[in-house]
Amino acid sequence: MTSARPARRVLIAAASLTALLAAAACGGSSSDTPAAGGSSAPAVDLSKRGPIEYWQGKDTSGNVKNIIAAWNKDHPNEEVTLRELPDNADQQRQQMIQNTQIKDTKMAVLSVDNVWTAEFAANGYVIPLPADQFPTEDFVPATVNSGTYFNNLYAYPTSSDGGLLYYRKDLLDKYDLQPPTTFDEMKTACKTIQDGEGDSKLNCFAGQYQKYEGLTVNFAEAVNSAGGVIVDEAGKPAVNSPEAKAGLDALKGMFDDGTIPKGAITWQEEQGRQAFQDGELIFHRNWPYVYALAQKEDGSSKVAGKFDVAALPGVTGPGVSSLGGHNFSIAANAENKGTAADFIKYWASAEVQKSNALATSAAPTRAALYTDPDMVKKYPYMPILLKSIETAQPRPKAVQYGDVTLAIQDAAYGTLQGQQESDAALSGLQTKLEGLIK
Amino acid sequence: MATATAEAPVRSAPGDGRKRKKNALSDGQGRLAWILLAPTLLVIIVVAGIPVLMSIRESFFQVNSGVDPNTGLVAGGERFSGLENFTAIFSGQDNVSGSYGQMGRFINAFFNTTLITVIAVLAETILGVAMALIMAKAFKGRGIVRAGILVPWAIPTIVSALMWKLIFDEAGVANRILGSQILWLADSASSFWAVIIADVWKTAPFIGLLTLAGLQTIPAEVYEAAKVDGATAWQQFTRITLPMVRPTLVVAVLFRTLDTLRMFDLPYGMIGPGKYRVETLSIFAYLEANAGRYGPAAAYAIVLFVYVLLIAFLFVKILGADVIGDSAPKKAKKKRGDRDATTGAVPALQQMGGNH
Repeated sequence: MTSARPARRVLIAAASLTALLAAAACGGSSSDTPAAGGSSAPAVDLSKRGPIEYWQGKDTSGNVKNIIAAWNKDHPNEEVTLRELPDNADQQRQQMIQNTQIKDTKMAVLSVDNVWTAEFAANGYVIPLPADQFPTEDFVPATVNSGTYFNNLYAYPTSSDGGLLYYRKDLLDKYDLQPPTTFDEMKTACKTIQDGEGDSKLNCFAGQYQKYEGLTVNFAEAVNSAGGVIVDEAGKPAVNSPEAKAGLDALKGMFDDGTIPKGAITWQEEQGRQAFQDGELIFHRNWPYVYALAQKEDGSSKVAGKFDVAALPGVTGPGVSSLGGHNFSIAANAENKGTAADFIKYWASAEVQKSNALATSAAPTRAALYTDPDMVKKYPYMPILLKSIETAQPRPKAVQYGDVTLAIQDAAYGTLQGQQESDAALSGLQTKLEGLIK
Repeated sequence: MATATAEAPVRSAPGDGRKRKKNALSDGQGRLAWILLAPTLLVIIVVAGIPVLMSIRESFFQVNSGVDPNTGLVAGGERFSGLENFTAIFSGQDNVSGSYGQMGRFINAFFNTTLITVIAVLAETILGVAMALIMAKAFKGRGIVRAGILVPWAIPTIVSALMWKLIFDEAGVANRILGSQILWLADSASSFWAVIIADVWKTAPFIGLLTLAGLQTIPAEVYEAAKVDGATAWQQFTRITLPMVRPTLVVAVLFRTLDTLRMFDLPYGMIGPGKYRVETLSIFAYLEANAGRYGPAAAYAIVLFVYVLLIAFLFVKILGADVIGDSAPKKAKKKRGDRDATTGAVPALQQMGGNH
């Protein structure tokens, strides 16, 4: 009997220790975010030089180290070290913020996803770039806008991205059809092809509709192409409009009538690309990176040589892409800001952008490169992509972008899953956005 | 068991009348124990104690998130906000629609956490005991079966989350086998069950393993006696196996419950963030911290901490106390009941120590 009590006490102790560790693991770290400089364009000292670190997500292209090696060869005393972060954008953002909070002086150049610009700028994680050193005339205006916050340039455009419509050229030609400019035209084209082919596995269209950033992109494109906005030009939320409703209803309608396969509600970029490459989609909305992969002749793509790209279709007229891309910023705590500035200029130069684009198909930010003969020869879709990027709409610029995008996803996903009506979803979204964007 | 029975006579021995001599070793035991425990205590204070205290402090603060309308810059810094982070749970400010209708996101996550825990642990216990019974049997290829059962437990949770993500893909194995098109990875009731299935698959072996340890302490003579008395297999299971393995099982279930209450990686890795039908308290607290709202995140973690503590306490009080309560009154009548309780409890805890 004597052993029973100690046993019980051990049990209690073990249990409470587990509980304790649970809380410890979840506890947020304390932060004293440095107050950002008050004036709108504080003078920054861009003279100090020395070795720096460049932070970006996983280098999937394999070309980043070549660009850095070329720089290091010419700048032995200002060596750049690549810090590769995880593939997941959220984890990149988190690590950059964490290292800002511990005042890491080596972290100097950040590859900033354009939707983080507002958050990084407003919290003073990155510094404004002086206009005289970072001219923006030669860049596609939409890309410059994506790095700008409150009239200050915080991130120099280095890569962009716009949505494209991939379509089965072989099938459209067979039935003598033109690439559609509206969703209705697309549906008609699909009907002709599907009736003619009689293949039950051949679906009409898909984009990205899983509940993640891709849904925000696709929702925004539908709303914008119907003439609606999420946030108006004055920066105020204005999503509770008949146009926005028309956009969301169009997406929902395509799910209901089978234009978009039901399973696409769980698709991200890769699942859609796979379906398109397997010949299961006639039309597919995706980013330029798909082009090279779908064109591969090694058997991974059944549609190699059988597809082409066009501008996105829209609800009432031509489609409007959401703007993607990464821009470069200088971290506020970086010691050698001079080298950081030079490295950014080097990366954004026409030569480096061109060689990088040719090596990796990354969309450049300098307008001239889109008509460059070498570029167009290698990537015939360049003029279409330029149009897509030029007319692209930025996603809302919000300091609390994570909350904004989740609110958008809540509204869109709930409607697409049939859990709420589109007008209720949009009025709910409007209320939430009014609380988040002030 | 051996130590428990061997110790008893030694302790009741001082009837020899001799006055206890001063013994440097045993009299210093209190201090010696402290010295020996000090490194462990130090580690616990550093890795658990201090962070918990910091979390508690943090839960009473909020980061200033207001944006200057002219410069667009955030003021920064923290301010003391009292109980605001806790009362905000019930403010209805952040209603989401999950499986239980419109409600606060925290409350929704709380229900998810509780429901997942109840269902998953129940299923794990039943399956785990069944596994243990199989593993305890002597048959050809037992080693392979044992290893096979333990494989899921050996796979890191995040890896099994991604594995099940592939299985539950819209065009994945699960749908092919079922011949259906269930959207497991959307945000629906099926997502909830996908999490339960993956969790049960992964952790039933844990309960199986601990139960097996318990089973092996049951002497074979008891079963032989039962056989002679003509007990059926079911009677043997309910009257002998279950009561005798219960102390071990209670510990295993307790640990699983505490673990499941903190579930994070499985729903997050498999279904994804922002899916309110599978969002647990840990996920919600993590997302809040990720959004820079450390105060509310800490507050939610504290509530989870208290909740886990309460459940642990109830377990020990109700089920744990039962272990002792069972044996004490019955001691006079039925000697075996007493021995069951004590013999079972010790190996169970030893087993725990060995596994963690």
